[in-house]
Amino acid sequence: MFKQLPANQQETLNVFLNGQSIQVQKGNSVAAVALSQNLGYTRTTAVSGSKRAPFCMMGVCYDCLMVINGVSNQRACSTLVQEGMRIDTQQGVGPAMEERNCE
Amino acid sequence: MNNHYQLVIIGGGPAGLAAAATASAKGISCAVLDEQPEPGGQIYRAIESVPDQRAQKLGSEYLRGKELAAAFRESDAEYYPGTRVWSLNKELEIGIIQNDEASIITADQIIIANGAMERPVPFPGWTKPGVMQAGAGQILFKTAGVVPDNGVVLAGSGPLLLLLAWQYLHAGVEVKALLDVTPLSNHISAMPKFPRAILAHHYLTKGVGYQLELKRAGVPMLFGVSDLRAEGKEQLQQVCFKHSGKQKTIASELLLTHFGVIPHTWLSQAAGCKHKWDNSQQCWRPEHDEWGNTNIPGIIVAGDGAGINGGRSAEHAGRLAGFEALFALGSLTQAERDKLAAKDIKWKRDERHIRPFLEAYFQIPKSLLATADKETIVCRCEEVTAGQIREAVQQGHDNSNQVKFFTRCGMGPCQGRQCSNAVAHIVADESGEAVADMGHFRGRPPVSPITLGQLARLDKEESV
Repeated sequence: MFKQLPANQQETLNVFLNGQSIQVQKGNSVAAVALSQNLGYTRTTAVSGSKRAPFCMMGVCYDCLMVINGVSNQRACSTLVQEGMRIDTQQGVGPAMEERNCE
Repeated sequence: MNNHYQLVIIGGGPAGLAAAATASAKGISCAVLDEQPEPGGQIYRAIESVPDQRAQKLGSEYLRGKELAAAFRESDAEYYPGTRVWSLNKELEIGIIQNDEASIITADQIIIANGAMERPVPFPGWTKPGVMQAGAGQILFKTAGVVPDNGVVLAGSGPLLLLLAWQYLHAGVEVKALLDVTPLSNHISAMPKFPRAILAHHYLTKGVGYQLELKRAGVPMLFGVSDLRAEGKEQLQQVCFKHSGKQKTIASELLLTHFGVIPHTWLSQAAGCKHKWDNSQQCWRPEHDEWGNTNIPGIIVAGDGAGINGGRSAEHAGRLAGFEALFALGSLTQAERDKLAAKDIKWKRDERHIRPFLEAYFQIPKSLLATADKETIVCRCEEVTAGQIREAVQQGHDNSNQVKFFTRCGMGPCQGRQCSNAVAHIVADESGEAVADMGHFRGRPPVSPITLGQLARLDKEESV
């Protein structure tokens, strides 16, 4: 669906997208990574389980919610990638607080 | 960050940056709170970090932002990127979240310069992955050089659609079609506003220039398109629409839509500023005077968050707000303020010339604003359909807030940002009343997500 145009001298870093290690450009939002990696969808809704992906990219629609470093409901469009970040597709409301503490 | 400033500016777009550079020149303490990682707002997003090659493709109007950001960096204003505002009240207390920690700071004067958002217009299939807003496509391009891979269909109404098509053309992206849903009758109804628009002919020539270039490049541009639908099993597979009386379909995995922009009013609403319905701009906006003063003493609004006038106008409005704040703080006399502001007042009025024409020409038809399709999801968060909203009206819930209580539309994570306008239009349509009388969803803090932990850790003694 999307691709990243080649750029000179861009620093890269390593993140885990649904468990898979990938090299991404520093300064990118998590949503930009998810879209350029053609993830397809980034969450399912809590109401009907239908698939959703980033929509507005400016932090107002809350449709790009993902699980980032184990914390659910994070706006992927408003979060910048960081070295070693774990980014996961969110299913419904995402993992509960207890599960997170057990990690 | 201190816990008190003479002036706090919320937003780092053209209005906020211009206000900060203006006001901080007089030696007052001034802080700019910006949700983004660097100055520029949405219009000049990533302006400081964008690689030259990409910047050239984005065009000259985008590059204007470089000067604005540079002037701001040279000023004495303190800059706090990555800072979210979750609360604002008439006591001029500002709730912020920085590095995942919440705090409350205070100010003598506050300028809200939090800009605009795209007008959300629900149509069948708009929630499917593969359907995004045109502004989203532009942000991906500006911030990450991410562009459509397998071609894109652009649909909607308004200048941004043309600009994005032009930018994509220069980036080598295949634009499969540009579907203009502006009703052809708008061409006639906008004509009385045309003579004034000629005074701002540079905007008109730019628009015509984009169109000619797209035409020369062979981009199919269809006008008078209606009945737009996004179809596909779980993701977008095809875009369906009506043109010249015929049903048409274009296979595409990506559709970017644009239906104009509206002020982002959640913060000004939470603060309790009075808002009014703007019939010409088809949106709610805070009431304000020429300087941006709202009905709440000490709260000034500037830029597109105060009413849509565009990026250049926002710079002038930002400076006017800056002068006004200095006057209120006693750093300028009224005579000094008036003298310093004279040019910006004139330039801001000149920028207005094009607007009545654009607003009439790109007026979104009622058929789109209040969809007749009962299955269409209006509230993306709670998945409430247009049919459910119309049913609620039939049962006697005759304004936006009543429909919200009854159906839960507007109660999800986006807090109604995506459905507020559409709900007002649908309720008005179903009840036969004016949209202005439907009211907007009541905006309350927190206007941005905050955890109970963050709230609990708020140090009250330090903040008051």
